[in-house]
Amino acid sequence: MSESVKNSLLFVIVGFLILLTGFTQSWNAAILILNMGLISAIMAIGVNLQWGFAGLFNVGVMGFVALGGLAVVLVSTPPTPGAWAAGGYGVVLSLLLGAATVIAAVMAAKKMPKGRAQTLTIIAILIVGFFIYRSIFDPSIAAVEAINPAVEGNLGGLNMPVLFAWPAGGLLAAGAAWLIGKTALGLRSDYLAIATLGIAEIILAILKNEDWLARGVKNVYGIPRPAPVVGYEVDLQQDPSFIARAEWFGLDPITASTLSVKLGYSLLFMIVLLMLLWMAQMALKSPWGRMMRAIRDNEVAAEAMGKDVTRRHLQIFVLGSAVCGIAGAMMTTLDGQLTPSAYQPLRFTFLVWVMVIVGGSGNNFGAVLGAFLIWFLWVQVEPIGLWLMNVITIGLPDGSGLKAHLIESAAHMRMLTMGLILLVVLRFNPKGLIPEK
Amino acid sequence: MDFLNALVALSNFVLVPSIAYGSQLALGALGVTLIYGILRFSNFAHGDTMAFGAMIAVLVTWGLQALGVSFGPLPTALLALPFAILGCIVLVLVTDRLVYRFYREQKAKPVILVIVSMGVMFIMNGLVRFIIGPDDQRFSDGARFIVSARDFKAMTGLREGLAIKTSQGITVIVAVVAVVLLFWFLNKTRTGKSMRAYSDNEDLALLSGINPERVVMITWIIVAALATTAGVLYGLDKSFKPFVYFQLLLPIFASAIVGGLGNPLGAIAGGFIIAFSEVTVTYAWKKVLTYLAPENLEPSGLVQFLSTDYKFAVSFVILLIVLLFKPTGLFKGKVI
Repeated sequence: MSESVKNSLLFVIVGFLILLTGFTQSWNAAILILNMGLISAIMAIGVNLQWGFAGLFNVGVMGFVALGGLAVVLVSTPPTPGAWAAGGYGVVLSLLLGAATVIAAVMAAKKMPKGRAQTLTIIAILIVGFFIYRSIFDPSIAAVEAINPAVEGNLGGLNMPVLFAWPAGGLLAAGAAWLIGKTALGLRSDYLAIATLGIAEIILAILKNEDWLARGVKNVYGIPRPAPVVGYEVDLQQDPSFIARAEWFGLDPITASTLSVKLGYSLLFMIVLLMLLWMAQMALKSPWGRMMRAIRDNEVAAEAMGKDVTRRHLQIFVLGSAVCGIAGAMMTTLDGQLTPSAYQPLRFTFLVWVMVIVGGSGNNFGAVLGAFLIWFLWVQVEPIGLWLMNVITIGLPDGSGLKAHLIESAAHMRMLTMGLILLVVLRFNPKGLIPEK
Repeated sequence: MDFLNALVALSNFVLVPSIAYGSQLALGALGVTLIYGILRFSNFAHGDTMAFGAMIAVLVTWGLQALGVSFGPLPTALLALPFAILGCIVLVLVTDRLVYRFYREQKAKPVILVIVSMGVMFIMNGLVRFIIGPDDQRFSDGARFIVSARDFKAMTGLREGLAIKTSQGITVIVAVVAVVLLFWFLNKTRTGKSMRAYSDNEDLALLSGINPERVVMITWIIVAALATTAGVLYGLDKSFKPFVYFQLLLPIFASAIVGGLGNPLGAIAGGFIIAFSEVTVTYAWKKVLTYLAPENLEPSGLVQFLSTDYKFAVSFVILLIVLLFKPTGLFKGKVI
């Protein structure tokens, strides 16, 4: 069996699994798996850029995904009336002053001669800057958060079409990645891992606590959909031509409308995935991609050949994070709301890693395949686990504590299964399902 | 100007909590640093190892309580601790045998081991959730306070009270005992010396006839004991919640790196540095300053530098500063 036949067969199997869900459970569930699989595939491409191409160990994926979500709020929601006048400009001014403080401190660290005078100047700049920043920042956010706190209380966004938010999410994540990369990329692999882990937690802490930005844990609801591709169920159910088409398929209008909305998302996501996949493939084959792999395989040799390892690392770190940001923006669009407390590192960072490693690190198609497969399992392990537990406990009497506990715990089978899959693949097939060429 | 009251308030809200928290972090960081020194990788599963050990302690505590066993004013969990350590030792030794040993024999790159430890983290996390569930569990009993705020006020006649929780006292005592035992073991016993030799120079240690598998096994045993102790103490002090242990990973790593990875003394110092800075930066200083400032000059705001939700940011910033200016850590650890 040739290489490409085997790989196509793997994709067909995953497609078949999703179809099976459609036939046995419901088509809504199947398309939901497909949609999140598409988004996961984009995240996996991002991580694969960093890890598979360049060997960078980024465990802060969650942070970049969340930033993408933030971008959706900042771009597509309508601005809160009066918020900018009340305190928006103050917030921006104070943030600029804060940035200026940090820059001044860095300048002092670089330009002044080393010694006690330098240390004292840096400390003085930081303290004075901090108090000026807080004196403007605190009243401004209080003013913004006081505006209609039950539904608003944040600055709101630019009221632009939500599709603009996707590249914006990429840009926001790229900006954050640039800042992190500038400071942390000189460090070796383990340190970068811990640094990115920390950054992701901090980004989440900001999202949860800065209510003026995106309402914090009060969540932002009602994010507009990417019309006209994705409509609203209620409108579709009123539309006579849609009802006629639904009847032609033999579906009732309500089911048909939910399916149509989800398929609209699938179409958009598929287009983005194919674009990014094509770009990643071109990058992999280009001289640039070969250089990246050369750096990955032997940094010292690549440096000796005159390659600027740190700069290239920064470049690919920013690119990969941007891809994760785009995926995050798409996910928030699909959900229609931003819920910062839903971002869990196990789900958004480590699961994406499992996808990349199971699929085949260094191979874009592998990453995509792994994403679909692992997402399918992530969703389906729970019902399978429940069924398994019911089978195991069939001999136990009803109402026994152990039986109840086992059935209740079936929901936690996911973590176990994902860990097992990761370890088994790493041990017996470390190159993944579709190995790097 | 009321210096005494300020001092008491400072101790009550800053010093005592951060000493207890620092001891917990130090114990956790010691485990991370030992793994790094001997097995040469950053163990991402450490937080979940702590959670697993603490979980066994919770279960045994419940069992003991059901049997009517108690430890007087001390928490029953202390009686359960040896069982929990044993259980945790079994778990990590099985994990090492089934998972890590293969990569050790292959001489895999450290980053591969880190990824493997991610898989182990998933499994341990799943195990803990599977057995005890993801919710908060309370398992502390016995007397709640060594010194309660009211008693202290009655005793000294000051306006500020100083409360020392039993869990905080126990944390410090147990941590000191554990650290003394560890250092005695590392510095005085033959096995401990062979561990240090192995950590310093693997090839030389092998040449002088040190059995690497034995060193690794003993390391895992010590790490399991330390992790369980840290996990139980943290659970007694705050409460047991599986997810929280995963989040402790960041301050623990920060402590180990700030002190210098691979250096046990550094891990302890790092733990206290991180704990003190976290508490200091997120504490609202209004109360202390009100006592210290002259009349009419009291601060109007809370004088809190960062809200408590940003405590991760504190350990992270310290970590970054140390990494940028002194990559080996304060106590000359190794550079990864």
